[in-house]
Amino acid sequence: MDAFLTQAFVTSLLLGAVTAGLPLLLAGLGEQISEKAGVLNVGIEGMMLLGAYYGFLAAYSTGSVWLGFAAGAAAGAAAAVPMVVFCVVLGMNQIVIGIGLTLAAEGITALLHHFQFSRTYPRLPATEVLAIPLLSEIPVLGRALFSLHPAAYLAVALVAVAAFLFRDTLLGLSLRAAGDKPAALDTAGVDVRRVRTAAVLATGALAGFGGAYLAVVGAGVFVPFMTNGAGFIAIVLAMLAQGRPVRVLYGALLFGASLSATTALQVAGIDVPTDVVQMLPFAMVMLVLVLFGQRASLPAALGTHYERGAR
Amino acid sequence: MTGGASHGPLGAALRLVLPVALALLAGGALLAAVGVDPLAYYAHVVRRGMLTWLGLQETLTRMAPLLVLGASLIVAFRAGVWNLGVDGQFLLAAVTVAAAAPLLAEHLPGGLMLAAGFVLAAAVGAAWSLVPALLKAYRQVNEIITTLMMTFLGVGLANTLVKLAFRDPGTTVAQTRTLAVEDRLPRLFDTIVTGGLPIALVVVVVVHLLVTRTAWGMRLRVVGASPKAALHAGLAVPGLTVAAFAVSGGLAGAAAAIEVLGVRGLVQADWNPAYGLTVIPFVFLARFNGFAVIAFTFLFSMLSIGGESASRRFGVPHYYILVLVGLLLVFLALVDYLGERRRKAAA
Amino acid sequence: MPASDAGASVSRDAAAAPVVALRSITRRFPGVLANDRVDLALVPGRVHVLLGENGAGKSTLIAILAGLQQPDAGEILVDGRPVAIASPRRALDLGIGTVFQHEMLVPTLSVVENLALGGGPWWRRCRRDAAAVRYRAVAAPLGILIDPDRLVGDLSLGERQQVEIVRALWRGGRILVLDEPTSMLAPDEIGALGRLLGRLRERGTAILLVTHKLDEAYALGDEVSVLRGGRLVGRIEPEELARLDRDAAVARIVRAMFEETGAGDPIVAAEGGRAARRRPPAPDAPDVLRVEGLSVAGPDGRRVVEGVSFAVRAGEIFGIAGVDGNGQKPLLEAIAGQRPASGRVWLDGEEIGGLAVPARHRRGLRYVTDDRLGEGTIAQAPVAEALVLKRIGEAPFWRSGIVRPAAIEAHAADAIDRFDIRVPGPGTPVGRLSGGNIQKVLLARELHGRAKVILYNKPTYGLDLNNIRQTRGRIRDGADAGMAVVVVSTDLDELVSLCGRIGVMSRGRLVGIVDTDDGDGDRDGGGARARIGQLMIGMPVR
Repeated sequence: MDAFLTQAFVTSLLLGAVTAGLPLLLAGLGEQISEKAGVLNVGIEGMMLLGAYYGFLAAYSTGSVWLGFAAGAAAGAAAAVPMVVFCVVLGMNQIVIGIGLTLAAEGITALLHHFQFSRTYPRLPATEVLAIPLLSEIPVLGRALFSLHPAAYLAVALVAVAAFLFRDTLLGLSLRAAGDKPAALDTAGVDVRRVRTAAVLATGALAGFGGAYLAVVGAGVFVPFMTNGAGFIAIVLAMLAQGRPVRVLYGALLFGASLSATTALQVAGIDVPTDVVQMLPFAMVMLVLVLFGQRASLPAALGTHYERGAR
Repeated sequence: MTGGASHGPLGAALRLVLPVALALLAGGALLAAVGVDPLAYYAHVVRRGMLTWLGLQETLTRMAPLLVLGASLIVAFRAGVWNLGVDGQFLLAAVTVAAAAPLLAEHLPGGLMLAAGFVLAAAVGAAWSLVPALLKAYRQVNEIITTLMMTFLGVGLANTLVKLAFRDPGTTVAQTRTLAVEDRLPRLFDTIVTGGLPIALVVVVVVHLLVTRTAWGMRLRVVGASPKAALHAGLAVPGLTVAAFAVSGGLAGAAAAIEVLGVRGLVQADWNPAYGLTVIPFVFLARFNGFAVIAFTFLFSMLSIGGESASRRFGVPHYYILVLVGLLLVFLALVDYLGERRRKAAA
Repeated sequence: MPASDAGASVSRDAAAAPVVALRSITRRFPGVLANDRVDLALVPGRVHVLLGENGAGKSTLIAILAGLQQPDAGEILVDGRPVAIASPRRALDLGIGTVFQHEMLVPTLSVVENLALGGGPWWRRCRRDAAAVRYRAVAAPLGILIDPDRLVGDLSLGERQQVEIVRALWRGGRILVLDEPTSMLAPDEIGALGRLLGRLRERGTAILLVTHKLDEAYALGDEVSVLRGGRLVGRIEPEELARLDRDAAVARIVRAMFEETGAGDPIVAAEGGRAARRRPPAPDAPDVLRVEGLSVAGPDGRRVVEGVSFAVRAGEIFGIAGVDGNGQKPLLEAIAGQRPASGRVWLDGEEIGGLAVPARHRRGLRYVTDDRLGEGTIAQAPVAEALVLKRIGEAPFWRSGIVRPAAIEAHAADAIDRFDIRVPGPGTPVGRLSGGNIQKVLLARELHGRAKVILYNKPTYGLDLNNIRQTRGRIRDGADAGMAVVVVSTDLDELVSLCGRIGVMSRGRLVGIVDTDDGDGDRDGGGARARIGQLMIGMPVR
């Protein structure tokens, strides 16, 4: 491989990692918020799909990428409402409701796509990028990391925002308390239900934003089932991140790189089966768990319902 | 921890009929919105799913692997093992048995070949659950994470195997060699339903009895309900955890054998029916009761067979059935919840 | 103890108006009247003791004051004005701080983070430095010196309780409610709590102290109310309590608890405080249980039990005292066979160190755990299954691995009858039983058949007086029948009243064994108590 090809390979690998990783990052951050507050949100795949569909629809019909993101986030948050009602308020089984949500969302988006777009297959134009002066000129890295759609920078900024909120605000303390010992939070005068509701809605909005990014910026088109398990990867990322947003970022880039590596390898003229490359990060994480695996410190009340005064 | 739900048959029927009615009502609104007559659509689904002879046979055929997956999940969930990786275990076993069966058929007589296929599939499924099992049993690593990852790994590995190692050189499509129809699981009488269905029914009932009526089942339930109490009673918790995982993975593999040896005869690249994802919530709603799993599985199979047919007739893609199943899950859970609350209030 | 200056504080506060007054509070649960027209007043600078057995309605009353539950009828006055305490937040705003029986702190947050929780709108920064300064200002005058940055999960139970008291006062709390505050504390920690309450009382805090221990009611309280079956059945006014000496006061409280309703047996209650001496076992009785050099490693590899040796003769009750968490539980678990350990254990001369729990159980070694619902039984499983939990697979309940429901049910019916377990039927889930009945289920299981050695871990913790009496009776009966009994307890009175010898555990070691009847003429075990205290004080402090 000569130097030019190597450069092209690295650039396209990094660019792919960022493009495929950002939806994972947003969904993973969202899932992390829910899990911190004690809600295992298995419906995140469905929330991403709804975000992708409505994000695409809004961007396509208004021509505004940002309205697309807004619509995607709103759709994701709307999809989280049943999760709030059934799981946070009524205390029904989170896995049953989550899978039910995902199946329904898969079906609905596929149906809507069928009736609206299956004959025309519209595409969005490539989105504009915001090249950061100077940084974007760096060879190899510049085009991949500093010449992206503005929403990508926003997503990365959200990592810092989340870290700040978790560590330095009363909200962060409340989230952790809601997941670790909800009764203690309640007796401290904070409504557990409200904290968990906010967390689940935020999860939906972030997952929807991630789905919209996938459809609007990543693919430029909506395809049924296009998330292809990204929501479940996000669950894994959030659990592995042990409550630290920056670890979701690392994980998202790693998994994003593997999801997009085949394209990069093709650019470099190497033909490796997609499946093998996509298995790599999972194999790596499993290996790490086998070698260093120990009790994952998940919130003590994860997946359990809290009801005031229940005896 | 008792086996069945503790309400009468009437209550049980209501708990099933009411959510179905609500799901059909909500789904019907969606159909009407896209300009399809819901009544005609549903009538077609039911007729095609269970009231025609062929439709009933197709539904029963679809049921078989789902039942065995249900049995797999009953064992895991009873033991408090959240095995969300049955799809990986299923697919990897399917690919292996699809590749091995034509070869085995060359050397073994029919019955023996099929038995060997089941054993192989079960072994692959169990093996694929081994790493999460050991990590949970001896290192307390959360199995939701590991089994989800093993599913992604298993699906990737299965596809790779089909495309590279097990590929049928005789076709241009990436798929395994085809098992000759006469070598597959025998059909029952003159139907298209294979011997997989009786096997599956027996497996579910046996697993149900194993869990509720044997000493091993009680040990499993104690571990699942409270690991602390299990230690107190002197049970070998890590060993039981690994055993539950192995049985669960093995049954997921056996489900794949029923599908491949009975119906398909081959596996194509990128084939992943993700049956496990659908069966998981039904097993919860069945409260890990084998007979309730049979009922739910029939309902789901009937809907999906009828829905596939209706999609051709009414121009509504069969994705619609996903919506219906999603709604059904939510309403089943809701009615179950309300019933439970009423019972508590009455107590 | 504060009792000496009680008279002064009472006369000072005699005219004070109550800061909180409950009027005719009623709260119903399905089938239960938890509070029935309860009146209660809390006065600044006074400790109001609320006495009552488990199930008397104390917890419900506290939950109502803390805003966790709403009364069905009645009214709550704060500063003379009627209020509705609709949520815990409202309770805090009114100045009512509660220290719950089961601590309500988040183990994964630090001390200051726990204090800051809920202290403002969600976007507000958590300013740890400022909070730490304020924490010191609140805590130091009370003698609480815990590092504000320590993780609550790393604190001892006594330290957590101190943090909870600070938390209760953190937002200007002027009313402090404590639910069974001494049940998990060691003797020295109980002393510290008493001094802390004394300081708070001097500062004019109104205190409601809920307990079922009579001595505490006398030692800490200015006035006493007695709750029984949800009703207020007895009351001792501050003037009256101040006049009485210890014995007269306890007798008066016992009367208030039992006689005034005509229910109950005063001797039973008196046993809560007083020893009923047992005759010692025959000197030539054989050692039934012998433990030598037993060591247990904790999860982090550190030894939680280190080289413990002792022997218990037939008919003897051997006590183990010590601050909670000094290795008592892992010691019992190792002897019972549910924890790997090094060292040797003999039962009736047979070495059993290599056997698993069911084999030891069959040979007559039994263990009654203190974690009755989580470990000893499974909440959602029927009583009948709980009774055979340690005999899974054994005949006659299972044959060739297949369950025989009739045998299990018959066994359960027999146990329910013999141990007077109050339960609708053998199929009822254990979780629906009261604490006392769950303890009876455990006793029925562990005492069944030929028991030779019984290990009790905090056998009466959290039980009401009636069940305490019954449980202690079972312990004595077992020893009288020739069993070797080991009792772990943090309640010294209990140990002194039951045991001939008491070992003291500290940091995993058995640091000494005290004979309670060494002929010094001290009939209530005062000498033994003092020596046990010395052993605890003499423990190496880091």
